Amino acid sequence: MNPKRKQRLFTILGLVSGLGVAVGLVMYALSQNINLFFTPTQIAKGDAPVAQMIRVGGMVADGTVDRDPQSLRVAFDVTDFDHNVHVTYEGILPDLFREGQGVVVQGRISGDQFFASEVLAKHDENYMPPEVTEALRQSGKLDQIMGAEAK
Amino acid sequence: MRWRWFHQWGSPRWFYERAGRWQLVCGWLSLGLIAVGTIWGLGFAPVDYQQGNSYRIIYLHVPVAFLAQAMYAAMSVSAVVLLVWKMKIADIAMQSIAVMGLAFTALALGSGAVWGKPTWGTYWVWDARLTSMLILAFLYLALIGLRASIRDPDQAGKVCGILVLVGVVNLPIIKYSVEWWNTLHQPASLKLTEKPTMPASMWIPLLINILGYYIVAAYLVLGSMRAILVARERRSSWVRELVRRV
Repeated sequence: MNPKRKQRLFTILGLVSGLGVAVGLVMYALSQNINLFFTPTQIAKGDAPVAQMIRVGGMVADGTVDRDPQSLRVAFDVTDFDHNVHVTYEGILPDLFREGQGVVVQGRISGDQFFASEVLAKHDENYMPPEVTEALRQSGKLDQIMGAEAK
Repeated sequence: MRWRWFHQWGSPRWFYERAGRWQLVCGWLSLGLIAVGTIWGLGFAPVDYQQGNSYRIIYLHVPVAFLAQAMYAAMSVSAVVLLVWKMKIADIAMQSIAVMGLAFTALALGSGAVWGKPTWGTYWVWDARLTSMLILAFLYLALIGLRASIRDPDQAGKVCGILVLVGVVNLPIIKYSVEWWNTLHQPASLKLTEKPTMPASMWIPLLINILGYYIVAAYLVLGSMRAILVARERRSSWVRELVRRV
C-alpha cells in the first residue's frame, strides 16, 4: 500500500477509536440515566429518587396479585428475588401480565408503596410452542429455565 | 497484479456490467428464500406459548433490524475505501446504502412498534435499544440530507464519508444496549456463539428469511448503484455507447 494511503488509513482509525473512547466515557458517566428502570434492590438501598416519576423492573412475585373485583384496581409485588416493591395500579394491564412475568412499572414511591401510572410487560428472549411448555411443566423443568432467566 | 481484484472495482464500466448479472441472480434467489421463509414462518411454524400468533412478526422484524445495522457497517467500509483509496464506486455505494438503510431502519422501528403494543402494552418506550435505533435512522437521514445539500459530488462524498465514520460508534451501542443497560427490549434470541432460545421449527424459517433479506438488500443496492453510476457518468463514452445500443 502506498504511504499516502497508509497514512490516511491510520488517520481514520485514529479518528474512529478516539471517538469511540469519548462516547464510551459519556455512556459510562450517563449509565444510570440510560437504564430504563430501577431494580427493587436499588429502591431498597435508597438509590432511587423519591416523589419523582421512576420505573421499577422485575418479576411479578408469585401469589401476590390482588385484584379488586369492583374496579380495575390491582395490587402486586415486583421482586428481583432479593427485595420486593409493593405496587398498586388502576388501569388496564397488558395481555402478558401474570405472576412470574417480567414487568416494568412506571410511577411514584410514596411511603412503602409504589403508585403506578403505567404497567408494561417485559418479554424475554425465549420462544416456545405451547406443547413444549406443557411437557416442561409436567417434568418440572420449566421453573429451571425461567429461574435461570430471572438471574 | 496482487491488487487487481480490488482495483478493477474502480472501473465504472466493469462494475456496471458485473453488477447487472449479480443483480439478476440476487433478485431471484432472494425472492425464493423470502417466499419459503415467510410462508413457513407465518403458516407452519408453531405458535408461541405466551404471545400466541403475534410473535410471528419476528419473521419480518428480526431480518430488517439485522439489515438496518449491517447496511451501516457496509456503508462504513465504503467510507473507508472512499477516503483512503478515493474510489468513486465506494461513494456511489454510500449514497445507495444510505437510502436503503433508512428504509430498513424505518421498517424495523415500525414493525417493532406494532408488536410492542400487544406484548408490552406500548408502541414506544425510551429504552436504550429503541433510542439507539432511532438515532441510527436519524444518521441515515442526516447523510441523505447532507449529500443533497452539497453540489460537488467529490466534496459531498468526502464529507458524508466522515459523518458515516463518526456514526460507527452507534453500532456496538445498538448491539450491546440490551446487555449493558436495563431495557424493555429483550436480549437477542439468535446469537452466533450460543444456541438459539427457540426450537428449530421456529428459527430455521427465521434464518432463511434473514438470508433472503440480506440478498434482497444486495439486489436493491446494486440496482440503485447502477442507476447512480450511469447518471454520474452520463458524459462518458461508454454510457453514450450503452444508450445508443438501447
